[in-house]
Amino acid sequence: MARESRPSGGLLESGLEGLNHNFLTGTLEELVKWARKHSVMPATFGLACCALEMMATGGPHYDLARYGMEVFRASPRQADLMIVAGRVSQKMAPVLRQVYDQMMEPKWVISMGVCASSGGMFNNYAIVQGVDQIVPVDVYAPGCPPTPETLMHSILTLHHQIATGHLTRRPGEGAGIVIEQAGPSGPVPVSLGRS
Amino acid sequence: MGYLGGFLVSLRQIGRKQRVTTQYPQEKAPKPVRVHGRHVLNRYEDGMEKCIGCELCAGVCPARCIYVRGADNPPDDPVSPGERYGFIYEINYLRCIHCDLCVEACPTEAITESKMFEFSFTNRADAIYTKAELVVGDDGMPQKLPWEDWRPGEDEMTSAWMRATAPSGDARFEGVVGWSGELGYGVRAPEAGQDGKDAVATPPAMLDDHGHGDHDEHGHDEHGHGGH
Repeated sequence: MARESRPSGGLLESGLEGLNHNFLTGTLEELVKWARKHSVMPATFGLACCALEMMATGGPHYDLARYGMEVFRASPRQADLMIVAGRVSQKMAPVLRQVYDQMMEPKWVISMGVCASSGGMFNNYAIVQGVDQIVPVDVYAPGCPPTPETLMHSILTLHHQIATGHLTRRPGEGAGIVIEQAGPSGPVPVSLGRS
Repeated sequence: MGYLGGFLVSLRQIGRKQRVTTQYPQEKAPKPVRVHGRHVLNRYEDGMEKCIGCELCAGVCPARCIYVRGADNPPDDPVSPGERYGFIYEINYLRCIHCDLCVEACPTEAITESKMFEFSFTNRADAIYTKAELVVGDDGMPQKLPWEDWRPGEDEMTSAWMRATAPSGDARFEGVVGWSGELGYGVRAPEAGQDGKDAVATPPAMLDDHGHGDHDEHGHDEHGHGGH
């Protein structure tokens, strides 16, 4: 009887989704968010001049280690924050989506700089006009390039989002663009012009 | 045991007073005087807006981040002292590259840049600043929006006199007030301390030909709407 009155099923029916807003796990949810907030590991995705500011942010003068995120992981499997620093060309777009797909949940994206955010002054055929057409972006950092303070401000904004957002659900999935990779479909018949 | 020598480097730093790290959320690194940050739209001393809706800033912007639409001033309640005013003024901060070309193009010194650039957005709509957010308040200071990180001193000296290509940057205009009165500041004193190497090359008659030297003794006209 008590089970039917609950709005969502237990752990068996809906998994971790059912743990949201639970009475017993309310404090645990805050603890998980607190732990996630202070251990965000960024992936290396520097593409242009914004990457220099991103490296300067990790340096001793600004010291990203104060936020628990000093190491830019070289493998997307070990990262949960992608700082897209620089302009994304059309050829780089599937690579960026693949790196994002290889990252473990939960994962966040900071669009650093105006080129990643909207194409900036590169309004041409070669540059993706906004990286949120490919991946869902959580925080946009304006500037060309953003100073380390701006990047740290966006990281603090992301911390606030992690601390106040949902534990398991993501707010959006970008523009819904899915890049499908062609799998191996057997040997392709080669025609030499003689049918 | 040779690897212990590496730890000695870290251990020697413990207790030293010398620190290079700026603890950002608590303090900020000092900024240069003419750093480019978020824009402001200035107003005259009597509260009228300086923008005349000429769209020169939108035309010169290399990133095409400014959208201006001018409109005729209503005769009974004018917004700006001229014929037209900036009816819509929007800056998309996801396109702006802070090159300051709009500041240099502005004929009335309406748009300048403050020294605040610590701001970030969580969606694209927040990044488009409209006129309601760009125009300075009644005290002449930029509006401090809740998602921006203003510190003391960053909202000062945002008016036009500090721009790089202002006539005050030329030694020929030493001591010449080339700008208009401003809300909260009045008419600023001219900058001093030029080296004067260009001052000899230009005869004083050229100043009248170019129109820069036609300032009156008050620095602005009787309505306080001087300037170029």
